[in-house]
Amino acid sequence: MSISKLGGSGLISSGAEWTFELIEDYDHAIHDIAANEFHLDTYPNQIEVIASEQMLDAYASAGLPIGYPHWSYGKEFIRNEQAYRTGARGLAYEIVINSDPCIAYLMEENTMAMQALVIAHACYGHNSFFKGNYLFRQWTSADAIIDYMVFARNYVMHCEETYGAERVEEVLDSCHALMSHGVDRYRHPTPLSVAEERDRQRDREEYAWRQYDEIWRTLPARAGAGAAQKSGAGRFPPEPQENLLYFVEKYAPKLEPWQRELVRIVRKTAQYFYPQSQTKVMNEGWATFWHYTLLQRMFDKSQVDAGFMLEALASHTNVTMQRGFDQRGYGGLNPYALGFAMMCDIRRICEAPTAEDREWFPEIAGGDWMKVLDFAMRNYKDESFIGQFLSPKLMREFHLFAVADHEGEDDLVVDAIHNEHGFRRLRRLLASQYNRDQLLPDIQVTQYERAGDRSLTLRHQRSRKRPLAEEANEVLRHLARLWGFTVRLETSDETGRLESVCEVRN
Amino acid sequence: MSIIIDRRLNDRNKNAVNRQRFLRRYKEQIRKSVTDVVAERSITDMEQSGVVNIPIKDISEPSFHHGGSGGDREYVNAGNREFNSGDHIPRPTGGSGKGSGQGGEGGGDDNFAFALSREEFMKLFFDDLELPHLVRNTLGEARDFKWRRAGYTPTGVPANLSVVRSLRNAMARRIAIGAPLRRQLLVMEAAQVAADEIAAMRSRIERIPFIEEIDLRYRHRVRDPQPISRAVMFCLMDVSASMTEDKKDLAKRFFTLLYLFLTRKYEKVELVFIRHTDDAQEVDEDTFFHDTKSGGTVVLSALKLMEEVAVARYPTDSWNIYGAQVSDGDAFGADPEKSRACLVDHLLPLLRYFAYVEVPDQVDRPSPLAHAYQRIDSDCFAMKSVMARNEVYPVLRELFRREATA
Repeated sequence: MSISKLGGSGLISSGAEWTFELIEDYDHAIHDIAANEFHLDTYPNQIEVIASEQMLDAYASAGLPIGYPHWSYGKEFIRNEQAYRTGARGLAYEIVINSDPCIAYLMEENTMAMQALVIAHACYGHNSFFKGNYLFRQWTSADAIIDYMVFARNYVMHCEETYGAERVEEVLDSCHALMSHGVDRYRHPTPLSVAEERDRQRDREEYAWRQYDEIWRTLPARAGAGAAQKSGAGRFPPEPQENLLYFVEKYAPKLEPWQRELVRIVRKTAQYFYPQSQTKVMNEGWATFWHYTLLQRMFDKSQVDAGFMLEALASHTNVTMQRGFDQRGYGGLNPYALGFAMMCDIRRICEAPTAEDREWFPEIAGGDWMKVLDFAMRNYKDESFIGQFLSPKLMREFHLFAVADHEGEDDLVVDAIHNEHGFRRLRRLLASQYNRDQLLPDIQVTQYERAGDRSLTLRHQRSRKRPLAEEANEVLRHLARLWGFTVRLETSDETGRLESVCEVRN
Repeated sequence: MSIIIDRRLNDRNKNAVNRQRFLRRYKEQIRKSVTDVVAERSITDMEQSGVVNIPIKDISEPSFHHGGSGGDREYVNAGNREFNSGDHIPRPTGGSGKGSGQGGEGGGDDNFAFALSREEFMKLFFDDLELPHLVRNTLGEARDFKWRRAGYTPTGVPANLSVVRSLRNAMARRIAIGAPLRRQLLVMEAAQVAADEIAAMRSRIERIPFIEEIDLRYRHRVRDPQPISRAVMFCLMDVSASMTEDKKDLAKRFFTLLYLFLTRKYEKVELVFIRHTDDAQEVDEDTFFHDTKSGGTVVLSALKLMEEVAVARYPTDSWNIYGAQVSDGDAFGADPEKSRACLVDHLLPLLRYFAYVEVPDQVDRPSPLAHAYQRIDSDCFAMKSVMARNEVYPVLRELFRREATA
């Protein structure tokens, strides 16, 4: 393949058939535009062409190329296969894995235009998002994930051989039940080394020594203060812990080492997926924006013909379609549609701001769109991105409206619509809809009776009177199985007043 | 630059293990569903793959999440046309409000439906069913043989020569015999012995034959006696006027199940259809089930004919003989007693098994035939009464329950 051919603006190919050489040519052309014209920073790509059965396989393990064996993946596989075979659902055109090099799967059945679209979407869109976004940078190590999954798979299989598949399955079942509450949202401080600990301890001693003053001893002790301190001192953990899997892994009294390692594997997997759940709109919007922009640019450079664009755009519009709430097949807001519209809108605000935009977005109106988009991609997640960048124009275009469902009311009430009074509230409500804290109930470990009966107490603080789904009892039984002693779940209202306690004895 | 890899030829069945685990874990529910399917199915497509349904509730994986209703919440939707803020919308009936964009439970069906392959289906279908008296015929002159590989042997006909094995042996022998000579040669060369001695040693080494008789290996085959893998199944049915279409349908189901069952146990299964009113005839399948014939009922005639056919065409030393009789049990006069005697004295000694299924008009009244048959005391006889379509399968299960529990 000659560089000059691509450097110039010749048509790369015509027709639907793809070949490996053509994929390479398109990849070069797209890379050239992405890196040199739009300055997208990406991991190196590894493009793998697979058949549809393999895509079904990849689906079942949530996109990871390797996973440990578990029946739930079989269920997922059967579900997808059934939907696919009966024609209820098509397959994704691609799957991309947040790893370094970034692995993207292309389907064998795709036409050349689709392959090019997928390369632009996955290998340059998603890829640059994985590399740039702060959540991914903070929580996933792209270069290690594949190795870790290989380790996890081997370890689980080793355990099955040594301890029996059933015992392993029990532990994994229980861990999976707690998976949603098995992620860290804040970095733990790294533990101090022994030397640091010693230094600090000496400092503290010295400080106490310097501050020492006989006069303090003459003050009468305040009644009650000591008692409060005492009760607090006996409490463990000193601060509530929201990562249930982590707490189990570290402190469950009865787990054997291999079981602890299994808990850790599930926890690590949950943590790996944590950024993805938080950036669905942005991630898809970003990738969709870039495949659109990159292919458009190729068309401008006459590297692709009108037939190619027609096919790519037809697929693009299918993906970014937003149905109304009363239309068939409505499944809430389409993250592709919302994300893509917002990315395009930011570019518009930068390039051709209206008076309204200048009022709402004074910092970015008229700015350099590439810089603004890049900044947004790096430093936001769905919640903050929508809270910051959703414009009134888009709310009007999507005809957004908020419905309030309150326990005390007989009817649903329309809370805000896309008008002058509603914009701000609508935007806040929509943003909070992507807030993980709102989606998941707030359940934390508050007490572990280390010195007593070893029971574990969780507290569910209800947000806005919302109840837990009934299967919580079942989850609690799973937790009790891991914990090995009594587990109880206290439910409190927003002020912290205890409402009910549910206990599973072991 | 990007690396492009063709993975299309890689393993496609990565999830086979997980799928099997899923099936194993929910075997009970799946088996229940299979029974339902079998009861509903028409006979012609009995032996196909099938879609089974199991309740989603049974296979759900629990997690902590908010309940569907209760509490306060707001959700944002798209596509507003007529609403203004403050409008009231009646709560949709059926409890939970529509998904608030938190990812609806795709589909939302109450059942998890999926297809089992033909193999899987039949396996579950026949699970726990064991042929009575699986001591197959192992006797006699007309024994079947099967050639079977049995390793290698030093003697044989040239056609069975295993070249690889033989040459491997030859090479081993050459190395083993030659090694001390070669070592000696090295010593001699180091000691600078006379040239002719070295040459003699060389030629001695060269004279080790490339291949010898002792190296030869032949593929060994032995003839194994085989248990008789042929069976014949006699289907006996009363086709007098009292046998309605419904009853015939039940009969057909019973015969089909028994046939399917036998085909899984024997390589070859032949069917003989004997219908009777007051006299018996051997007919083909279509006539058997669909042709009507009027007349009285003489059960004995059918048993007699069956005995004749069995003796004439299916000698017991080369056939496993099964009998299945369906009737509404109406028989008159001495016929039931004579039939019983014929069955016990003449037929049962020839048979592996004889099953009698009665399709009575009402259950509470024992029919004359059943009354007579009840007194048969034999390990290879069983009788049951069936009223409805979905009772057929359980009956088969009961008739052929695992020997262990019997």
